[in-house]
Amino acid sequence: MTQLALIIDLNVCVGCSACVTSCKEWNTSGEAGPMTDFNAFGKDPTGTFFNRVQTFEVGEYPDTETIHFPKSCLHCEEPPCVPVCPTGASYKRAEDGIVLVDYDKCVGCKYCSWACPYGAREIDESQKVMKKCTLCVDRIYDTSLPEDRRKPACVLACPTSARIFGDVHDENSEASRLIREEGGYQLMPEWGTKPANHYLPRKKQKINLESNDLKRVDNPLKGENFTKPGADDATLEDASWI
Amino acid sequence: MSASHERKNTQVKSTTCYMCACRCGINVTLQDGEVRYIEGNPDHPLNKGVICAKGSSGIMKQYSPARLTQPLRRKAGSERGAGEYEAITWDETFSIIEDRLRNIRETDPKKFALFTGRDQMQALTGLFAKHFGTPNYAAHGGFCSVNMAAGMIYTIGGSFWEFGGPDLERAKLFIMIGTAEDHHSNPLKIEMAHFKRNGGKFISINPVRTGYSAIADEWVPIRPGTDGALFMALNHVIVKEGLFDRDFLIKYTNSAELVNNDEAHDDYGLFVRTTEDRRESCIDPQNKVWWDRTSGEPVSSQNRNADPYLFGEYDVDGTKVKTAFQLLADRLESYTPEWASEITGIPADTITRLAHEMGVTARDQKIELPIAWTDAWGEEHDSVTGNPVAFHAMRGLAAHSNGFHSIRNMTILMTLLGTIDRPGGFRHKAPFPRPIPPCPKPPKGPDDVQPNTELNGMPLGFPASPDDLFVDDQGEPVRLDKGFSWEHPLSAHGLMHNAITNAWRGNPHSIDTLLLFMANMAWNSSMNTSEVRNMLVDKNEDGEYKIPFIIVCDAFQSETVEFADIVLPDTTYLERHDVMSMLDRPISEYDGPVDSVRVPILPPTGECKPFQEVIIELGSRLGLKPFVTEEGKRKYRDYPDFIINHETAPGSGIGFLAGWRGKSGEKSMKGEPNPNQWEMYANNNCVYQHKLPPSYQYMRNWNEGYLEWAQHHGLTRFSDPIQIHLYSEIFMEFRRAAQGKRAGKQPPEHLRDRVETYFDPLPMYHEPLEVEMTNRREYPLSAITQRPMAMYHSWDSQNAWLRQIHAHNFLHMHPSVGNEHGFKDGDWVWVESMHGKVRCICQFSEAVEPGTVWTWNAIGKASGAWGLEKEANESNKGFLLNHLIAEELPCRTREGTISNSDPVTGQAGWYDVRVKVYKAEDDEPEMTSPSFDTAPRKPGMMAYPKGPMAYRSGSGFFKGLLKKVSAKTTGSK
Repeated sequence: MTQLALIIDLNVCVGCSACVTSCKEWNTSGEAGPMTDFNAFGKDPTGTFFNRVQTFEVGEYPDTETIHFPKSCLHCEEPPCVPVCPTGASYKRAEDGIVLVDYDKCVGCKYCSWACPYGAREIDESQKVMKKCTLCVDRIYDTSLPEDRRKPACVLACPTSARIFGDVHDENSEASRLIREEGGYQLMPEWGTKPANHYLPRKKQKINLESNDLKRVDNPLKGENFTKPGADDATLEDASWI
Repeated sequence: MSASHERKNTQVKSTTCYMCACRCGINVTLQDGEVRYIEGNPDHPLNKGVICAKGSSGIMKQYSPARLTQPLRRKAGSERGAGEYEAITWDETFSIIEDRLRNIRETDPKKFALFTGRDQMQALTGLFAKHFGTPNYAAHGGFCSVNMAAGMIYTIGGSFWEFGGPDLERAKLFIMIGTAEDHHSNPLKIEMAHFKRNGGKFISINPVRTGYSAIADEWVPIRPGTDGALFMALNHVIVKEGLFDRDFLIKYTNSAELVNNDEAHDDYGLFVRTTEDRRESCIDPQNKVWWDRTSGEPVSSQNRNADPYLFGEYDVDGTKVKTAFQLLADRLESYTPEWASEITGIPADTITRLAHEMGVTARDQKIELPIAWTDAWGEEHDSVTGNPVAFHAMRGLAAHSNGFHSIRNMTILMTLLGTIDRPGGFRHKAPFPRPIPPCPKPPKGPDDVQPNTELNGMPLGFPASPDDLFVDDQGEPVRLDKGFSWEHPLSAHGLMHNAITNAWRGNPHSIDTLLLFMANMAWNSSMNTSEVRNMLVDKNEDGEYKIPFIIVCDAFQSETVEFADIVLPDTTYLERHDVMSMLDRPISEYDGPVDSVRVPILPPTGECKPFQEVIIELGSRLGLKPFVTEEGKRKYRDYPDFIINHETAPGSGIGFLAGWRGKSGEKSMKGEPNPNQWEMYANNNCVYQHKLPPSYQYMRNWNEGYLEWAQHHGLTRFSDPIQIHLYSEIFMEFRRAAQGKRAGKQPPEHLRDRVETYFDPLPMYHEPLEVEMTNRREYPLSAITQRPMAMYHSWDSQNAWLRQIHAHNFLHMHPSVGNEHGFKDGDWVWVESMHGKVRCICQFSEAVEPGTVWTWNAIGKASGAWGLEKEANESNKGFLLNHLIAEELPCRTREGTISNSDPVTGQAGWYDVRVKVYKAEDDEPEMTSPSFDTAPRKPGMMAYPKGPMAYRSGSGFFKGLLKKVSAKTTGSK
């Protein structure tokens, strides 16, 4: 069974928000749109986004880490938002594991957003329907697009390629390989939701120097001591019997 | 939802982004004439298909309510600054400006001042200014990063960003220092991700850990303005412990060359020169001398069989001399890590370790590329060597009044490590490297400005000696901004931040007309913003404004528009032709020259006209040489026609665009005009890329093949090798002038000490000028800004999506600041410098050096500007730090004021301000201060309906709003 998902590499995410607005740009005029804004040019502007970057700090100065943490629907394998939906609007697709909302059936009761432990759903206050990441389902199967562009908008946009899209059930996919080899993990596995999206952790590179790295025969300071002996200086020639 | 999506009435066009100065290739999908989607162009060499938050939000810029759509005139009888305007036609607009400018040009051309922002069309605006005859022209560089440009160009003949950068494809250690998140944008992000994944170590040195620094393997917090001290200490360790690349220093720098060290000698501090081996060059003849260790004799440095000493003191014909490197080593002797630790706040053992990591990585992880090349002395090399330590730096180093020397120090570190134009280190981008300094020179005196005459010299250039300064007989400045004067001799980008204050005061002279293009000088681009706003409306006793006439061209209702007598509505980037030219700041890659264009994706909105068309029109009407025929008739139909047919000199074959030249597009770099050049660019992703052969891609300062190719194709005038100025004889010449030891131009008495001090031929460290004059007990904290990745300058508060990411800014600080002064996270506080105070909201952070407070740049806005409502966060909770920063130093001498800028380059000292922070009183309003009256909306601006806004392309809603507006204001459409 296919389970499409995003792998998000926190080791390279710089928190630029390219995924945030490229998502909105594609989807507001796409099938999941519109994505409504309120007070667009006034006080406390808000609006629907399927993807947001949260930035937070860990640790105390000077050992502080600043973490940029992109968050969107995790397309759980056991999505708690689906069984609570009274109208069947919230559903998980059998063919690719994408969790979607049928706007025609949604009554905006918000049960699903209460059930989602990740806060990944956003009610569209204007249409009164629940909206969320669709993994750009209206792009990824679009055969009119070149094959390498059939990816979610956020994945194509991401300047650090921190977002990898693929089938996490296919052992040979890049997504599965990264989870396996780079320590991919799920958010709050204790909830039993089995999120399909995974995160790759930060890695730290160090340079380990040894003391003899600084004591080398080829140190150029030694080269400077070179002086050519003068013709009158003593040599073996002066004392040799042969 | 169905899986497939049928797209109707859509088309895709390629052009170039302009949501920041990065200039990525974009593909724009239109649906029924509205923008459906903007994505990165996968076939573009710069961004390779990716796009950032700003680029993805271009739709909301196109349809922004801040758009100006009509030429406007301040209403007769209304006061400047009151914001009352009426729409006028372009015919009226042009005749008003033409009459005014013609009169100025006939009498005193310097009374016209043209200053532009982050516009990327300096080659055109500079051409206009030069032929108009005014020296009072500059773009934003003087208040942005001229220290970065000059500090590196005067040392290695190249610089960061457009002109060079870190080779992260091959580097093993990457040090980023003083870099905010938008210099450079997508290309740097792409490369940083590759670098991290390849297992390199990334060290970020910055007072603040945001953006890029977040993914650093090591964050080294540093006190603002002390970077130069850190570099002095790193260089100290590198030299002391022998971690430098001796071979590189001898062959490719002036390290081993002998300097006269006899204080009594006339030539003290100058290189010993031979009369032979003088190669033709514009400024830097290589007839210098080494001390050969085989013969024990002086020998020409052009004798490449010689084996010179790097260190040492010698005697040449009875004169004491030292190698330049010995002078450097002597200088660095006392600048220990312990010394730097006190200044920077970085532990001494960390500094030593950093130096070891750099030195050992450079030495032990060498790269050998099997690329044969020939050096400028004819020696053939089988391979190219790289020492894989790369650096990147930007405004954090540059925007201090000690930035020039900080950057020169950094460049010397990069040189000691042997990383210049080598794999894994620093790489040049065409048209760099250029001679040190590059050949263009400013005018030399007041006589170079004459009525009805082209300026004699370039408005901006690179002085190579005191005699290149633009001063009068008394040594006083000629330019309005005092550029190229003794106050700021190497001000290669001008000092736009002083233009308004100087014009208001009438010192060095008053002006008549100020034309500002895309420069928000009434807000975030000015220091001392409140006072500058007052100066713009200040009047003489006779009732005339001190700056009599102000023209502002912008696509959007910036704060500066409020002060215009005439407003010219520019187009957006999706509505015009544009060039990213080799004559300006192209988008070259490490492997060769690249330039690019914008083509219109959408028709202009309302009466919007690209500023380039305004320049062509005015140039033609005024009869300026490049724009008219010999008979004085208009030469070019429009801007696209100008771009195709203009040549730098008749028949030179060099024009604004390097690609598809020649009659049918068969030539590149040089060639006759091609009538189909625009189409050829449009059909090729709007970009022209010239890949050099591998043997020309490295060591370009000394690469015979490259240098000859560059000369042949008009990139540079000379093909001489460009030796690195580890020791700056140019600086010594300025110092000698200040000491009265040199014939030629002399500094005024009151500036002699200043010039002598800061024109040090060796790397030096000094405190930022304003810090020296501040009571640090009273103002214990440094205040700086950072640039958020989701916004560029002031441009994006008008953008419905981006302003949801940053609707207002906070003053970020370590919790200890609040604890000490009795306020909590989220409280309203005052931040106060000796120049002013601002009320804002604080936010505590562990990711900031505790002696520093910081905020995001340019998010705070003046009420009503940028199409925002009165209640918008930007003008109520957001704030502008500029109110705390002065454009002049707090010391008024008999001779007048002096700019708050670097004494070498005139770079604005944005980050030198010291502040204190204290809690706002409980009964104070929870609102930013200072605040300003709400700017009224202008005729021609769209009125967005209240309530929810949902963008759907093809609905016609936004197009409809714009149409409605233009119909109303013109009354005819």
